[in-house]
Amino acid sequence: MNENLQHRIRARLLKLAHFVALFIAMAIICVPGLWVVLNSFRPTVDIMAKPPVWIPRGLNLDNYRAMFGAVGEGGVPVLQYFTNSLIISVTSTFIAILVGMAGGYAFARYRFKGKAAIFIGLMLTRAVPGVSLSLPLFIVMAKTGLIDTHMGLILVYVALNVPFTIWLIDGFFRQVPIDLAEAAEIDGCTRWQAFWKVEFPVARAGVASAGIFAFLTSWNEYALASQLTRSTFSKTMPVGLRDFTSEFTINWGGMCALAVLMIIPALILTFIVQKHLIAGLTFGGVKG
Amino acid sequence: MAQVQLQNVVKKYGAVEVVHGINLEIADNEFVVLVGPSGCGKSTTLRMIAGLEAISGGDISIGDRVVNDLPPRHRNISMVFQNYALYPHMTVRENLGFSLQIAKRPQAEIDKAVDEAAQILSLAEYMDRKPGALSGGQRQRVAMGRAIVRHPEVFLFDEPLSNLDAKLRTQMRTEIKKLHQKVKSTIVYVTHDQVEAMTLADRIVIMRDGHIEQVGTPLEVFETPANTFVATFIGSPPMNLLSGQIAGGEVAIDGGPKVTLPDQFAGKVQDGQKVILGFRADNLMPEGHAMPMEGASAEFEMVVNLSEPLGTETLLFGSLAGKEVQAKMLNPRPVADGERLQFQLDLTRCHLFDAETQQSLR
Ligand SMILES: Nc1ncnc2c1ncn2[C@@H]1O[C@H](COP(=O)(O)OP(=O)(O)OP(=O)(O)O)[C@@H](O)[C@H]1O
Ligand SMILES: [Mg+2]
Repeated sequence: MNENLQHRIRARLLKLAHFVALFIAMAIICVPGLWVVLNSFRPTVDIMAKPPVWIPRGLNLDNYRAMFGAVGEGGVPVLQYFTNSLIISVTSTFIAILVGMAGGYAFARYRFKGKAAIFIGLMLTRAVPGVSLSLPLFIVMAKTGLIDTHMGLILVYVALNVPFTIWLIDGFFRQVPIDLAEAAEIDGCTRWQAFWKVEFPVARAGVASAGIFAFLTSWNEYALASQLTRSTFSKTMPVGLRDFTSEFTINWGGMCALAVLMIIPALILTFIVQKHLIAGLTFGGVKG
Repeated sequence: MAQVQLQNVVKKYGAVEVVHGINLEIADNEFVVLVGPSGCGKSTTLRMIAGLEAISGGDISIGDRVVNDLPPRHRNISMVFQNYALYPHMTVRENLGFSLQIAKRPQAEIDKAVDEAAQILSLAEYMDRKPGALSGGQRQRVAMGRAIVRHPEVFLFDEPLSNLDAKLRTQMRTEIKKLHQKVKSTIVYVTHDQVEAMTLADRIVIMRDGHIEQVGTPLEVFETPANTFVATFIGSPPMNLLSGQIAGGEVAIDGGPKVTLPDQFAGKVQDGQKVILGFRADNLMPEGHAMPMEGASAEFEMVVNLSEPLGTETLLFGSLAGKEVQAKMLNPRPVADGERLQFQLDLTRCHLFDAETQQSLR
């Protein structure tokens, strides 16, 4: 056989192997998600069946109908949970991004006393597992009357996210050449204008990625929220999932339906900013 | 009117003083080049004029205003950065128009100014591209365009050509010169390339270690360097410097031949004074391959260690009194390494420096 042909065949086979390997990897990653989606459309009998029923038979919207139905007939205050989640996540993300931008910019651009120490301190807070804070937080919140309020969770999530957003945004501003701001100042900008018109747009990708990470953290957080919320007034969707467990039974179908509702906004958001996200993760394209 | 004046300008970073009280007057429409080795404070000086760096002492004025504490935007200057510093998220058109946009000028005026600049710098085809999609030379032109749209009183350039390859550099050098003729503004230009300095400048400012060593036209600093530093920094190859002593109307080169004291230094030196004799390769030529010398000349023998043919002339590396000396040979013939030749030194073009102060004795 001709040598070129051999190489071509080998290259093809290799490519095929890549696809197969990728497919398997993606399948493993996606199966739980798909399983949740699938389960949300079928009765508990099918969900619990042994051996598992892979090929769906008879899908329906019963779980969704029940979920939006009256309380007592399997209904949960979905809209209320959704609104709570949205308010808490969006507000805390917004604040975390503002603080992250101010902090990240300061760390990237200015020299000040104790800079390294403060930075390390911020990073160390990431090393503390969030759950270990739940009791102290509970006590503080209880004393300040912030239990079961939006404000309480927003504060917690801001605190949780700020070190991370500062760290991420700092990295992005570091990569924006300082000359750009100087050029803008010479072109007539104030320091403030130079930031908003030049440095911020250039580092926008970083801010967007920090934003989405912060949002997803708040959106998905369960451990602390389950301690600090009580009623429909402030319960978030992850906490709401527990409404489907009762003393003796777990309504898996309903839980999956709510989980799907939870995943959808996160997916949409990720899609919207994915361009920035990818640009952000492969930063360095900024050349003067 | 936009003359620039620096009076006793000092720059300190913490306790370290990097610019030591420099004085400089730049006339309106003058093209002044700051040149000097790396780290001598050229960029710092330029950035102080721009207002990007606070001054630690002295006064800077632009036009008839003292601008010591004014932010860059109130100084009516433009600056071209070494790495261009184009705004990567804006198109070329937006980059060019940015300063006018900030100044809230009417759109029609912005368009007109931008198109004019684009035409001067032949940027018309690239107007809708982002800087990332431009070559180095094109980016350089955009950076210059951005500087000229505002018609500032003073242009500041910080090594604008150092990121370009040799050919493009020569080309852009010419363009900058043309630009100056067109826009008629005061220009302060920083470079460490003495060829750039010589070709562009109305006046050259030679800096070293935060001091100004000499200010003069390119010919002045070439022909009458104020000290040995300027003598070796300006001109290529660098000036030959040999230490010696004045001895009865002659300069006795340490461990080498004696040459007659050049006329221009008669009465300016004392017997026994330690001096440094300086001459350029162009003024030391082997017999039979030299320019006819009009004035006094000295002759001595020298061994040639190495020769570099350059076509119309050959550069010879000899050794005299244990020091390497460079000479030039016109109408060159092949020279064998180690060949001993008789050389003629044009005394009228020699320089004498005091050995202690290193200053010219002229
Ligand atoms: N932020 C700073 N802190 C301390 N020293 C500094 C700082 N910036 C510059 N220097 C020092 O000031 C001196 C002059 O620097 P400058 O950048 O003006 O040199 P330069 O002449 O432009 O050199 P080059 O040709 O390499 O650009 C240098 O010795 C440098 O180390
Ligand atoms: Mg410099």
